[in-house]
Amino acid sequence: MSRRREGGDRVLEVKSGIRDRPGLLAKLMIAPAILYVVAMIGIPFIMAIMYSLSDATTGEPNYRFVGLRNFGEALADPVFRLSLKNTFFFALVSQTLVIILSRIIATALMKEFRGKWLARFLIMLPWTAPIALGTIGWLWMLDSIFSPFDWIFRRLGLLGTPGALLGPMQNLYWLGQPGLAMASVILVHIWRLLPLATVIQLAGLSSIPRDLLEAAEVDGAKPWRRTLEITIPLTAPIISIAFLFGLVFTFTDVTVVYVLTRGGPVHSTQVLSTWTFFKGIEGGDLAQGAAISLFLFPVLAGVATLMLRMARKREVV
Amino acid sequence: MKSVRKLMRRSGLYSLVGGFALFGAFPFYWMLIATFKRDHDLFRPENNPFLFNEPATLDHLRLLLFDTHFLQYLLNSFLVGLAVVIITLLAAVPAAYSLARWARGWGETLGIGIFLTYLVPPTILFIPLSRFASGLGLQESLWSLILIYPTFTIPFCTWLLMGFFKTIPKDIEEQAMIDGLSRLGAMTRVVLPLGISGILTVVVFAFTLSMHEFIYALTFISVSAKKTVSIGVPTELVRGDVFQWGPLMAGALLASLPVAVVYTFFLDRFISGFTMGAVK
Repeated sequence: MSRRREGGDRVLEVKSGIRDRPGLLAKLMIAPAILYVVAMIGIPFIMAIMYSLSDATTGEPNYRFVGLRNFGEALADPVFRLSLKNTFFFALVSQTLVIILSRIIATALMKEFRGKWLARFLIMLPWTAPIALGTIGWLWMLDSIFSPFDWIFRRLGLLGTPGALLGPMQNLYWLGQPGLAMASVILVHIWRLLPLATVIQLAGLSSIPRDLLEAAEVDGAKPWRRTLEITIPLTAPIISIAFLFGLVFTFTDVTVVYVLTRGGPVHSTQVLSTWTFFKGIEGGDLAQGAAISLFLFPVLAGVATLMLRMARKREVV
Repeated sequence: MKSVRKLMRRSGLYSLVGGFALFGAFPFYWMLIATFKRDHDLFRPENNPFLFNEPATLDHLRLLLFDTHFLQYLLNSFLVGLAVVIITLLAAVPAAYSLARWARGWGETLGIGIFLTYLVPPTILFIPLSRFASGLGLQESLWSLILIYPTFTIPFCTWLLMGFFKTIPKDIEEQAMIDGLSRLGAMTRVVLPLGISGILTVVVFAFTLSMHEFIYALTFISVSAKKTVSIGVPTELVRGDVFQWGPLMAGALLASLPVAVVYTFFLDRFISGFTMGAVK
């Protein structure tokens, strides 16, 4: 295939001028995108590393090298350690659940039924609406006094009476208790990322050749064996893409935590990205903020490597 | 016997799908009902929160539209989105074409490299970029957002477009070149018109991604009239500790739904482009 392409290009190079020189044209056309990415991602990234090695603050942004002091200070800070733990916890728990749930939805959506377009539209809604605004809706649903969940529990007698299963208080205070606040953040992450994962899984499921499944059925393979030996292995690469994407999204997300809890109560839902924001931007400690944010990088680099490796592997197939 | 089992399987399917649809859509129903509920109805814990216990009202909408900067936020989001779409197209279309047609060795790596920058999170970048913005005198200016949002739209859209361009057979432009068009001419007159659906998809995505963006806007803009809808609604409709839930929900709903509807139409294209880029 590629040999033929080269041959084609050589014929065309007989004509001259920039407009017909593929090599030069290719570089010229890709240059703006590369320059933009280098200027706006590459340089700031290097600056972030430099800040993390300095003692710059918003009030006094002059550069003074202090070595690894900021990283040491960050590691010694219990809030930082807690947010590091929370970041992993939120990302792994929510994404594991997302993968399982999205598989269930995708399998259901592969079937034909009436009203499917409507179901699809409703299931996709969380992904299409701006995340901050969807989360605001959840904030009102998890309100300390007017939460509809509390209302249902009260109606069912599970809450608000002495001896009730969920306690005698009138409310659960979703965002006011560490455990429930964590569960709430995870729930909203799942709500938000389920649609994307579902769509990716749908793409995976529909890429399985139908005759393969039919042939297996003819050969007498039971449904569970078809799932285990055909569907799962064939969709594994695309599932891992969905998983890695979701991981990156939750890992770097600020919005859900910022809008729902601002990291509270007492930092129990604080994550690295919100902590970076509070320290570096609101607190004005640029150096500390940069150091905290860089702790995200090894994980992201790991994810990126995995994705690269998968992209390569897929091309061999 | 068989039909009973079939019926059960059907109802199982419906309740499963229905449950997930409810999960996805309920927060929006919750916004809708709060938008039109009277405060007196809204703030009584014993009232059934799912229904109107008192007649509906337009007060919240009126307050949102006429007493806040909501319309200004929408306009700001629209202007930023428009500018970001233009910058994204100018950079991503040629880059994607170049990668799709001439990428061997270095090109392939470059393509994946561009895509991977999408994974560098705003969290790492917003501190240095805030210094950039203040260095350029762009703090409190929509221009700072216009300049920064392409950092995530360009990589993503280049990747998407690359997938779309690869589906256009090479023979078509080779034919055009034999007919006397230059390389560039073949691209602009033959390939771009064929790739229009891909380009349209990218327009929608660059626009919605920039409308969804939260953390950069939160970092760079604090003057109320300059905010985008994504930060304006959550930050400005809370006066001190008082959440004005009615207008807040009205704002969230009004800003979400149009985007959601447009987005839905393009979801299939988005996903095919997304997976095509990943597969081949």
